[in-house]
Amino acid sequence: MSTLKTGLCSLAIAAAGVGALAWATHGFQAYTREGLLRLSVQQAPRPLPSVALQGADGQTAAWPGTRPAGQWIIAGFMYTHCATVCRVQGSEFTQLQALLQPQIRQGRVRLISISFDPARDTPAALARYLLRHDAAPGAWDAARPARPGELAALLDAFGVQIIPDGLGGFEHNAAFNLIDPQGRLAAILDWDDPQAAADYVLARQ
Amino acid sequence: MSWPGSSHATRRLTGGRPWAPPASSNPRRWRLGLAALAWLCLLSPPLRHALESDMAPHMLIQLPLLAGCGWLLAAAIPAPVRARIAPWNQQGISGLLLASLVMMLWMLPAALDAALDQPWMTAAKFAGIPLLLGLPCALSWPQAGFIARGVFLAEFVATLFRTGWLYWVSPTRLCANYLLDAQKTTGIGLLAAGAVLLALLLGGLIWGGGRPPTAPADRGNPAGPEDPGS
Repeated sequence: MSTLKTGLCSLAIAAAGVGALAWATHGFQAYTREGLLRLSVQQAPRPLPSVALQGADGQTAAWPGTRPAGQWIIAGFMYTHCATVCRVQGSEFTQLQALLQPQIRQGRVRLISISFDPARDTPAALARYLLRHDAAPGAWDAARPARPGELAALLDAFGVQIIPDGLGGFEHNAAFNLIDPQGRLAAILDWDDPQAAADYVLARQ
Repeated sequence: MSWPGSSHATRRLTGGRPWAPPASSNPRRWRLGLAALAWLCLLSPPLRHALESDMAPHMLIQLPLLAGCGWLLAAAIPAPVRARIAPWNQQGISGLLLASLVMMLWMLPAALDAALDQPWMTAAKFAGIPLLLGLPCALSWPQAGFIARGVFLAEFVATLFRTGWLYWVSPTRLCANYLLDAQKTTGIGLLAAGAVLLALLLGGLIWGGGRPPTAPADRGNPAGPEDPGS
């Protein structure tokens, strides 16, 4: 009798445990917060808040705002003082710009690098960043949140978490964030694979 | 636990009374008090923040201490309740299975992240680890025979190695809240914990004549042995 009871109890515990693990890993598909975020975005594109961004030209405008019909945006988060990942990410953006040149020229794709360090990343610093990475005018923008309170909402919407690295810089989850023509975050793709980001957009033209 | 010549020092520390194991007076209340005190300390914002600000103390100190609180809490379970649970927990199998699954859940990087900023996951950590990991271990260990203990410990060590290896070699950050260096340190810590535990187990098997480290039926002590790894 005890054996039966223990067997039943263990079965129930095993079922509950596997269920909990499945729930926590989105059906054993992801075990990190970033992985879970990407899955959730892929399954249900996220609406984005409208924020005011100030560009390298000093102009402030609502973002994503109204855009030409059918235009995709590929956004990345960075800070221009970054000496590690963002510098490499910048060159990945340069590659993406080259890969999508025809679509960018037709106004069907636009790139933007958004700074999460608005105190240091003045329009002048943003302009230098674009220059350094051979950004084509009108194709690739750099911007910072214009209103202090909106940075947190923006990062939250994109699931970006920033932590100080103890050396005056930050570590953060870098990625290509793909925003569909409806202004929703539709995909988060690896920052070091511009080809995958380009393919994703090209498949949806 | 008595050192020659230390009685003076201990007397001073305990306010004049010579230190004695409280087992004779009221071990149950003493253990319960210690569990509650330790749990409240872990929950207090300064200590919580200190332990959670880095990944290594979060995983290697805070989580084991929370499990330890649950282990001590077992002293509060009266004998009739234990007797009622026992048939559902023959050989401690149900309890050790529960503890293994809960441990696995808390090895997930996503769970650690969520415990930092999702209130319900914070609650799940502070309540779930003592009640669903430490407590069932303490209730089950004395009942578990050689095989049940062996399977549990093998799985325990394997989980430490798997997770430790993952954290150590991963080139990307797995926890959004922690730095890559902290992740590597945590991985090495988990591997070291697994290695020490494995060495103790092997030592026990080789020099202990193949018997479990402690006899399963040590019923004299209602709370069971102190340490799951011994």
